Amino acid sequence: MAKPKVAFYWCASCGGCEETIVDLAEDILGVVEAVDIALWPVAIDMKRKDVEAWEPGDVAVAFINGAVRLSEQKEWVELLREKCSLVIAFGSCAHMGGIPGLANATNREEIFANKYHRSPTVANPDGIVPQEQTNVDGYDLELPTFWKDVKPLNEVIDVDYYLPGCPPPFDLVATAVGAILEGKLPPKGSVIAPEKALCDTCERNDTKPDEMTITEFKRTATSTPDPEKCFLADGFLCMGPATRSGCGERCINGNMPCRGCFGPTPDAIDPGLKLLAAIASRGEADSEEDAKALADSLVDPLGTYYRFGLPASMLKRSADTERAQT
Amino acid sequence: MADQQFEPKIVGFLCRWCSYTGADLAGTSRMQYPPTLTGIRVMCSGRVDPTFVVKALKEGADGVLIAGCHPGDCHYSEGNYKAMRRHPMLANLLEQFGIERGRVRLEWISASEGELFAEVVTDFTEQLQELGPLNWNQRIEADCETV
Repeated sequence: MAKPKVAFYWCASCGGCEETIVDLAEDILGVVEAVDIALWPVAIDMKRKDVEAWEPGDVAVAFINGAVRLSEQKEWVELLREKCSLVIAFGSCAHMGGIPGLANATNREEIFANKYHRSPTVANPDGIVPQEQTNVDGYDLELPTFWKDVKPLNEVIDVDYYLPGCPPPFDLVATAVGAILEGKLPPKGSVIAPEKALCDTCERNDTKPDEMTITEFKRTATSTPDPEKCFLADGFLCMGPATRSGCGERCINGNMPCRGCFGPTPDAIDPGLKLLAAIASRGEADSEEDAKALADSLVDPLGTYYRFGLPASMLKRSADTERAQT
Repeated sequence: MADQQFEPKIVGFLCRWCSYTGADLAGTSRMQYPPTLTGIRVMCSGRVDPTFVVKALKEGADGVLIAGCHPGDCHYSEGNYKAMRRHPMLANLLEQFGIERGRVRLEWISASEGELFAEVVTDFTEQLQELGPLNWNQRIEADCETV
């Protein structure tokens, strides 16, 4: 019997998800024994016409990482959706928008202005900005459209499963691949990760006091967290209470609070707001002034609560986008 | 002026023990205030999850009022303190999303303060008329149209 084929594809991403596969080192040989890699832009040279030649269903599963912002990315993921039986959103960016999704805190005009004019390392005296259509020496050249906002994969195509994480740890990937090969798949739309919150599996959970009293938020840039104490008890904002477990506590073990790359637990509609509610009510502030001071000690709440999930949050993005355009 | 015709939609989360009764008093005393507020009775201002507030704004409210017992008077002893601590945190967050601080308001209104309730609704309505419609979802959806 022919080996099942898998495809890897990347959209707006950093390459860290590819690194998860590369991190397998020689174990990749085991993977290649079980499946054929049909598409993997980081490692295999393939063109779009090669994928267009596939029959629908030729490829068992597509692992797509990265958020979607370019029209070209949309064309690719639609093509993969058509040709592959299963589509898995791989990593935080495809799952919730991820770090590239933070661009939704600003807008396209600002991004272009920074990138092509304002940035101190840019010398662009003619003010040249990429155009979607250009004519050079009689040739019409085309660039993809840069959308007004960043979208998670499921806003562009139908997604079967989600593998969370920045990047997803390989044991989760192996579990998912195993489930696919054995046909033991969870219900469509599942996030393939434990449903419990990170706090449940965190080694520091025992040091979490029943009554937490946060007087001000500390930042890891300016103070060092106690290596054994619950981050929240120590005054550092940790996304643990609203974030799925299953990541292997990589950040916690590195003495960094959870930043939320695994996304919300199933019962948290919006992880940022859920965490805000939980944290705020545990603050030590008995007057409106103290409450304001506590709130103000948290620099950049949007970037903290939605570091990995702004495009998938309830509000999706900042309204400044609109103001700048009207 | 269009602004004068604009009638804001306010969702009011009113604590069952104080502010809802206060609103009731304003009604039974036939006090006049703009018909802009849709009241939702909650057991405590501390029960108002920030998700509720954002959902209201997303689904068409121009402003949200959270009203509870005065500090020290909470039926559950400290629910209103939780509301008090959440409020500036939510306002800071919403400001980063481009939603003005003035659209979410926290007030302490006791059961006997019908007059204060009417004043708050009147004042909040005027404040929202100045800010104009929020129209969050339509605005974001229309602007996210991509090719």
